[in-house]
Amino acid sequence: MKVMDVYRLRKSLLRFFRNHPAFGIGAALSPSAFWLLIFTLIPMGIVIYYSFLTRGPWGTVINEFTLDSYRLILDPLFLKIFARSVKLAVLTVVICLLAGYMIAYWIAFYGGKRKNFLLFLVILPFWTSYLVRIYAWIALLSDHGLVNNFLIKIQLIDEPLPLLHNEFAVLVGLVYTYLPFMILPLYASLERLDRSVLEAASDLGATARERFFQVTLPLTKGGMLSGSVLVFAPALGEYLIPELLGGAKAMMIGKFIALKFIGLRHWPLGSTYSLMLLLMTLILLYLYMRVGGGKEAFQEQR
Amino acid sequence: MNQTSPRLLFIGCVFLFVFMYAPLLVVIVFSLTPTEYGVSWEGFTLKWYQAVFDNKNIQAALKVSLMVTIPSVLIATAIGTITAFTLYRSKFIGRALFQGVLYIPLIMPDLVIGISLLLFYTSLNLELGILTILMAHVSFTIPLTTLVIIARMQRIDRNLEDAAMDLGADEWTTMRKVTLPLLKPGILAAALLAFPWSFNDFVITFFVSGVGSSTLPIRVYSMIRLGVSPIINALGTLIVVLPLILVVLGLLLERRRMG
Repeated sequence: MKVMDVYRLRKSLLRFFRNHPAFGIGAALSPSAFWLLIFTLIPMGIVIYYSFLTRGPWGTVINEFTLDSYRLILDPLFLKIFARSVKLAVLTVVICLLAGYMIAYWIAFYGGKRKNFLLFLVILPFWTSYLVRIYAWIALLSDHGLVNNFLIKIQLIDEPLPLLHNEFAVLVGLVYTYLPFMILPLYASLERLDRSVLEAASDLGATARERFFQVTLPLTKGGMLSGSVLVFAPALGEYLIPELLGGAKAMMIGKFIALKFIGLRHWPLGSTYSLMLLLMTLILLYLYMRVGGGKEAFQEQR
Repeated sequence: MNQTSPRLLFIGCVFLFVFMYAPLLVVIVFSLTPTEYGVSWEGFTLKWYQAVFDNKNIQAALKVSLMVTIPSVLIATAIGTITAFTLYRSKFIGRALFQGVLYIPLIMPDLVIGISLLLFYTSLNLELGILTILMAHVSFTIPLTTLVIIARMQRIDRNLEDAAMDLGADEWTTMRKVTLPLLKPGILAAALLAFPWSFNDFVITFFVSGVGSSTLPIRVYSMIRLGVSPIINALGTLIVVLPLILVVLGLLLERRRMG
């Protein structure tokens, strides 16, 4: 009897969902919609709300509307740090483009049977602890670190080079962390490139150099664009790399915002600056979607 | 195309692969040598691993990490499966918008996610602890699991499901006996990748963890703040190598062809 009841219930439920598909879709999507609403959208709303509040004494927040935090967007210190973050993110993109193109090109054209394995090697570090990998750069770049020790040992230098706690160290960390994000879309677009077009170029008398700059490069513009956005967006808002590898001189916007929250407890201002960072990221992504290839980016991110 | 790569390109790529793997190798190598500062090789030892296993703080952090990661992987994989299936199979108004909003956590800077959750929890007067970390982890893991499973959905032959329905199976039976078995490698891959995704998270967790609730990455971070030490290398090696087994399995499953 009991089994029959379950069966009948199932049947009538299925009939109900068949006749009212909206309920089925709604029920199936409700868990993710719930999580999205509660833990992504509402917290975002709260950040916007906080950005309009007044800062009280000793890091408290007073429930009074003000635009003070927005006036502080033009604070020269903030603008300077913002400009430096953009500069470092752009440099990261440029270096990743050059290095990533080399690797992607090599794997796509000379990878042979090892293509999948090489791609695997490119992705693998991304799935390991990012904190541990960034920490490793401290051991490599510090005054008594491996790089300086090695250079002194081969007597290239007498004094350790200042490699850590500056913009150079941050740049190394950024390139190291985000290089795979550039390689994957570049590889995908090189792999998709029609080989007969390249042969045609050669047959028509193009030299290897001409063929590369006039055929290969323009045809992989999409991958270059995807990769650049995927590298630029997280590099701009990076927090941990400037925190561990940059000193006071290599402050980036992410670390600056965190400082407003943790150190100074200026939550309204920290909220406003977070919104500026988010806005910048969203504008960039919107522009990119307009140019096309948004879908591609999501699929190739992994 | 000629088969041998130009020498310059080859050398450049070898250099770049060294660049990509040197930091991990340095951590592993220097976890096995006794020097205090971990900067030069002075013989083989396992004493730093012994120190890791004896450390009460690390044990406590590992416990917190597992209490966060295991439930969040299970919840996010279950929700990701239903979401991916529905998004891929149903047509409804606002589907593209829903998908776009769903992927927001993948695009948002981690810092902004962490801060917004911190403000959210504080506004609700929630005490920061394992539960607040767990909720945060589920929310940033759902987009990942959904993405991985949707990729698998695209490779499923719709005809198999239609055949089941034609042969008299209802939607429920088709789902259980046909779709889910076909989707299983994708679901497993999603779970295996979600594990390091959640386990390794530092930035978001940093903002939503309370005083008594440090996950392993938070613990490692506070050890780094105290200075470079070989015990960090040993702990770092364990954190990198152990989840890697799951990642390799996950990536292999995710890439495997149908059939």
